[in-house]
Amino acid sequence: MSELFPLKQVMGFALSIILTIIAAGVYFLDGISFPIIMTILLVTAFIQAGLQLVVFMHAGETDDKSAIYTNIYYALIIALVTIFGTLLCMIWGYL
Amino acid sequence: MDYFERFAIPHPSPAIYASMVAIGFTVIALIFVLTYFKLWGYLWREWLTTVDHKKIGIMYLISAIVMLFRGGADAIMMRAQMAVPNNTLLDAQHYNEIFTTHGTVMIIFMAMPFIMAFMNFIVPLQIGARDVAFPRLNALSFWLFFMGAMLLNISFVIGGSPDAGWTNYFPLADNEFSPSVGTNYYLFALQISGLGTLMTGINMIVTILRMRAPGMTLMKMPMFTWSAFIANVIIVFAFPVLTVALTMGTFDRLFATKFFTTTDGGMDMLWANFFWVWGHPEVYILILPAFGIYSEIISTFSKRNLYGYKSMVGSMVIISFLSFLVWTHHFFTMGQGALTNSIFSITTMAIAVPTGVKIFNWLFTLWKGNIEFTTPMLYSMLFIPTFTIGGVTGVMLGMSAADYQYHNTMFLVAHFHMVIIPGVVFAMLAGLHYYWPKMFGFMLNEKIGKITAWVIAIGTLLTFMPMFFSGLDGQARRMYTYTESTGFGIWNMISFIGAIGFTIGFMLIVYNVYYSIRYSPRNIGMDPWDARTLEWATPNPVPFYNFAKQPHVNSVETFWDSKNNGHELFPEPYEDIHMPSNSGMPFILACIFFAWGFSFVFSMWIPAILSTIGIFICMALRSLEKDPGYYVTVKEIKETEKKLRGVQ
Ligand code: HEM
Ligand SMILES: [Cu+2]
Repeated sequence: MSELFPLKQVMGFALSIILTIIAAGVYFLDGISFPIIMTILLVTAFIQAGLQLVVFMHAGETDDKSAIYTNIYYALIIALVTIFGTLLCMIWGYL
Repeated sequence: MDYFERFAIPHPSPAIYASMVAIGFTVIALIFVLTYFKLWGYLWREWLTTVDHKKIGIMYLISAIVMLFRGGADAIMMRAQMAVPNNTLLDAQHYNEIFTTHGTVMIIFMAMPFIMAFMNFIVPLQIGARDVAFPRLNALSFWLFFMGAMLLNISFVIGGSPDAGWTNYFPLADNEFSPSVGTNYYLFALQISGLGTLMTGINMIVTILRMRAPGMTLMKMPMFTWSAFIANVIIVFAFPVLTVALTMGTFDRLFATKFFTTTDGGMDMLWANFFWVWGHPEVYILILPAFGIYSEIISTFSKRNLYGYKSMVGSMVIISFLSFLVWTHHFFTMGQGALTNSIFSITTMAIAVPTGVKIFNWLFTLWKGNIEFTTPMLYSMLFIPTFTIGGVTGVMLGMSAADYQYHNTMFLVAHFHMVIIPGVVFAMLAGLHYYWPKMFGFMLNEKIGKITAWVIAIGTLLTFMPMFFSGLDGQARRMYTYTESTGFGIWNMISFIGAIGFTIGFMLIVYNVYYSIRYSPRNIGMDPWDARTLEWATPNPVPFYNFAKQPHVNSVETFWDSKNNGHELFPEPYEDIHMPSNSGMPFILACIFFAWGFSFVFSMWIPAILSTIGIFICMALRSLEKDPGYYVTVKEIKETEKKLRGVQ
């Protein structure tokens, strides 16, 4: 029976719903500061994205696993570099 | 009638009216020729609906050459205007429009399709594949690029050209300072062709990763394929930034958002930031495939394996990463602090190191090589010293403190022309001579080719070296004239003479094509250059299915091994070949995209909505369509091969 039940997918589904609720819940919370809101949103967003990639888009289930992960990490690094670089020369650089 | 007033040119001149008439006549002449010789069917069947990577490559090539002449005409007009002080050949507005279209056309619609042409034509042949991974998507990429290019090119006769520079900096580019529709043209032309480029990026990556012949591991790929792979990885990561920036700019201009405004919380320099987050990787997208072509040519004509294959690959991987870390060097003078500038200065100088590694690898390949001076090799040899001048001045510009002196002067203009012309244009011309027999089955004339190479190289130096001096003397870029007392006159005169040299060079190329079509022998065999890589293991020109039998690869230069070291290239028997079928959909979809862009440029909402619906209908039809392709039987293959090899 256990091999018929898609435990991983059900767990993934539940977790993604919970993450969505947490993120949406930020809207209803009063009195927390902007940085905390952003932190909650960013953290839930990154977990959510990773979850979707691994559980539902099957990253890591085929033999080109390493290519897929290399690609994802590369994208992540470039995105972070771009964001922090932009912050550096658009905002922080003037302090 | 009021409705049509929007299409009028805001700043007309006799030259523009003359061009309108000329365009009108050309179109009529074209329609006449096509009808008279009954070529419409041929055009539709063989070109507009083709999904063959070779034909798409050739169409990219033709577009690139046409755009080279268009951008070249702009360049000549600019140099003529600048040749003497206080010249009145062009007024300020026309000068602005011309330098803007020159830059945009040359980078986006000349250099890009040129590298796309070679990637499309060569990569599948080099890896022993029958086509790219997604042939129909490939056709769509081409037609999107083509329609984007056409959209920008009609701007000067309908509604007015963009005039805010190829960098299109906001707030200059917003409605207040650029009220004509020109900038809309820029935004939509780049958006549409950028979509095509992004699709090519994905297509090529999948092709290279999944469709290599048996035995070809990653480290046995020819260098051009490696360079194309890396360039496409950069495309996939860099182009989305351009897409987003263009969209934000479009919203600012058409829907009054405030992303790049100076008021209401907008951030005007954010455009410059995004533009260069894409723009610097873009220059490496252009240069890497060019380096790949040089690598092929230098190793073929030195009769040697490429020196330092691994370090070549390694340096490209490093470049692909570093190219994303340096963009701020384009606006060191914007006002951010010394710390930020220093960080980006260091990354900028770091990128010169892997570039240097590649230069030394070529030099070591030549060393002890058995060098043969053909036209492609001559271009490669002229490239190394000229490009080095450009690279060294790049490092000078990369020092942020010094850049305050050089920025936005002719020194900068000289720098990037001295890297792009030897780096990209020479490579493309070298590739053109090298792969011409592969594409068309005969060689270009060597003697005319060599003279041309020298003329163009001297033209480059004459045109751009003086700019280093006038730039250091303080001549700013993008100024439409200057007074005599500045003393810039002599430098600009020399530049103008160089530009004439260029023109002669390009006319010589046209003459060479004409001459070779008439007089070149056709029985050149499979391997006119005594080459080393797999693309030369097919007949010239290449049959539509590329390889009659599946090739097997044993090394980086498997074709050389099959000629000299007894490697068995085609051990398998003939088999039926599965080929993709033609489709008119990519062309039609791209035409709708053209209408879509055009409607948005002029804020004509009803046609805009209709064409948007049309785009979605096309995509839905494609999703529902079954396209099993077709088979070429062994009998047909044998007949074709007999015919092709029989001629030789
Ligand atoms: C040796 C490596 C290179 C270095 C260190 C370098 C550095 C720089 C720097 C610092 C600038 C900005 C200068 C300023 O605005 O004041 C610049 C501009 C430019 N570079 Fe390079 N560069 C290098 C190679 C290349 C290559 C290979 C290409 C193209 C194939 C290229 C194309 C350009 C272009 C198009 C611009 C300026 C465009 C504009 O402002 O309109 N560079 N380079
Ligand atoms: Cu740059």
